[in-house]
Amino acid sequence: MKKALANAPAKQESGGKFHNLLVYLRQHWQLYVLFMLPAFLLTIIFRYIPMGGIMIAFTEYNPIRGIFGSEWVGLEHFQRFLSSPDFMRYLMNTLKLSIFGLLWGFPAPILLAFLLNRILSKSTKQKIQLVLYMPNFISVIVLCGIVRILLSPTGMVNMLLGTKLNFMTMPSAFRTIYIASGIWQGAGWASIIYTAALSNASKELKEAAVIDGANIIQQIKAVEWPAIKDTVLIQFIMSVGNIMSVGFEKAYALQTDLNLNASEIISTYVYKKGLLDGDYGFSTAVGLFNTVINVVLLISMNSIVKKMNDGKGV
Amino acid sequence: MKTKKKSEFAKLPTQDKVILTIGYVILGLFVVAIILPVVYIILASFIDPITLQNKGLTFDFSKWTLQAYERVMSNAQIWVGFKNALIYSVLFTILSVVITLLAAYPMSRQDFKGRGFFNTIFVITMFFGGGLIPTYLLISNLNMLDTIWAILLPGAFSVWNMIIARTYYMGIPKDLQEAAEIDGATELIYFFKILLPVCTPIIATIAMWQFVGMWNSYFDAMIYLNSASKQPLQLVLRSILIQNQPEPGMVSDMQSTAARAQLAELLKYATIIISSLPLMIMYPFFQKYFDNGIMAGAVKG
Repeated sequence: MKKALANAPAKQESGGKFHNLLVYLRQHWQLYVLFMLPAFLLTIIFRYIPMGGIMIAFTEYNPIRGIFGSEWVGLEHFQRFLSSPDFMRYLMNTLKLSIFGLLWGFPAPILLAFLLNRILSKSTKQKIQLVLYMPNFISVIVLCGIVRILLSPTGMVNMLLGTKLNFMTMPSAFRTIYIASGIWQGAGWASIIYTAALSNASKELKEAAVIDGANIIQQIKAVEWPAIKDTVLIQFIMSVGNIMSVGFEKAYALQTDLNLNASEIISTYVYKKGLLDGDYGFSTAVGLFNTVINVVLLISMNSIVKKMNDGKGV
Repeated sequence: MKTKKKSEFAKLPTQDKVILTIGYVILGLFVVAIILPVVYIILASFIDPITLQNKGLTFDFSKWTLQAYERVMSNAQIWVGFKNALIYSVLFTILSVVITLLAAYPMSRQDFKGRGFFNTIFVITMFFGGGLIPTYLLISNLNMLDTIWAILLPGAFSVWNMIIARTYYMGIPKDLQEAAEIDGATELIYFFKILLPVCTPIIATIAMWQFVGMWNSYFDAMIYLNSASKQPLQLVLRSILIQNQPEPGMVSDMQSTAARAQLAELLKYATIIISSLPLMIMYPFFQKYFDNGIMAGAVKG
């Protein structure tokens, strides 16, 4: 760290700050041009220029006339969106999907990690882990394809239940399908982080607890829970911060014309309004609304983490 | 091994035995819940469609057929999808890993002037973005619609992976860098000859994430690509599995609509198996990278 100072010539005082900067840049130009430039350019072009494009949300956007040639309508799109009866439904669908998803989905990997940690044979544990992680490598499309096959009127689930229900057309079944398939696919993979934290739990502490005659519940209380508590908290807060960013891909692939009442969420609505109907201004406004809520959530959650973490944010 | 396990279990107090048994049962149920649908799909993919619809799974092997596999394998669009997915995933992985690893290096050096500035620029994009339409219009204005660039470039630099790589670099002993500087090595020589070779675990992890992510995604391809010849596998799968529109050549020789629909159902099973096979076979080989990758992600800061 002190290296740069040592490298700089001794005439530091006479040269002044600007001169030092030039010397530094001449010595380290590669850091900027070869290492930093590609990432910087991509970020400016594909992340920052679209941020400027948000202005579309305040215009009646016409692709031929461009942003500045299009009619300025101010907050009209926001008013239309917020006052439409559909708005509440899409917002609630989004929130319900993520909040219930969090309630069911969040504890599942923690439970799996505790259970895995209790398996004594290392090779058995590895085999189980191999199975548990596998669904993570199935694509969203294939997952939804499997779900549709299993839940079709002639599929496996109906055969087991002895019924002929068409689950994919029932709005009331959508959230259960979405959340259960999410746990099926993701719980094993998400348990890795907790398994790793548990394996950091001091072996000596645990052995001491066993010698003292602590039973499993006491061991969990005294040794294992303290080892993963911080990880659990941080993961929880990060999930809460992401509550508005429900993934588009899976919701869209599980939608049918008949379950839209429950399955239309903000991101799928933005896609349909914008790219399918060509209502660019309105769609951008809805997207912006979602992003702003998300930013507020993320920043407030981040500051909570900072407070708990003695000033270290995520 | 087994006898040791047994004796350890036998020594436990009764309450613990009960808890452990309940735990093992829950874990076992979860494992079964994962395996069962997979086994069902595999078996069903071999069964004659009419039998499957009327009676379900059967072990009467006279009703088994490879028809579905023949039809799926002989369909050109599936192979086009495989080819495109492979091209996109390989190129995207290379591009993305190179750009991310390069950017992470200056960010890992305390003496890098402008570190705070770049950090702010990058981190803001993790919280805030232009959204779907402005990004789409940009791609359109850059004349990148229906080109491979729309798939490769926008996501090529990942801030999250950069942070993980940076954290990993910072864990490498400083002596290495100081020794290299004394030997007169330039930044480039130090980076490529000394730093990267000791970072292979994290490079492999990031490469795996990027490859799997690109291979399994469909959204970008759906909105940016129009030509059938450019579709990646997931889009081809989407029309077969989600939209119930198998490629015309797959079922068109069937006379009645009902027969076509039945065949379309059967084709789904085989399509799922064929399309998932490559990753399913590959994935156990990179299992060893999971833990260190996740750990690197956990200690970010």
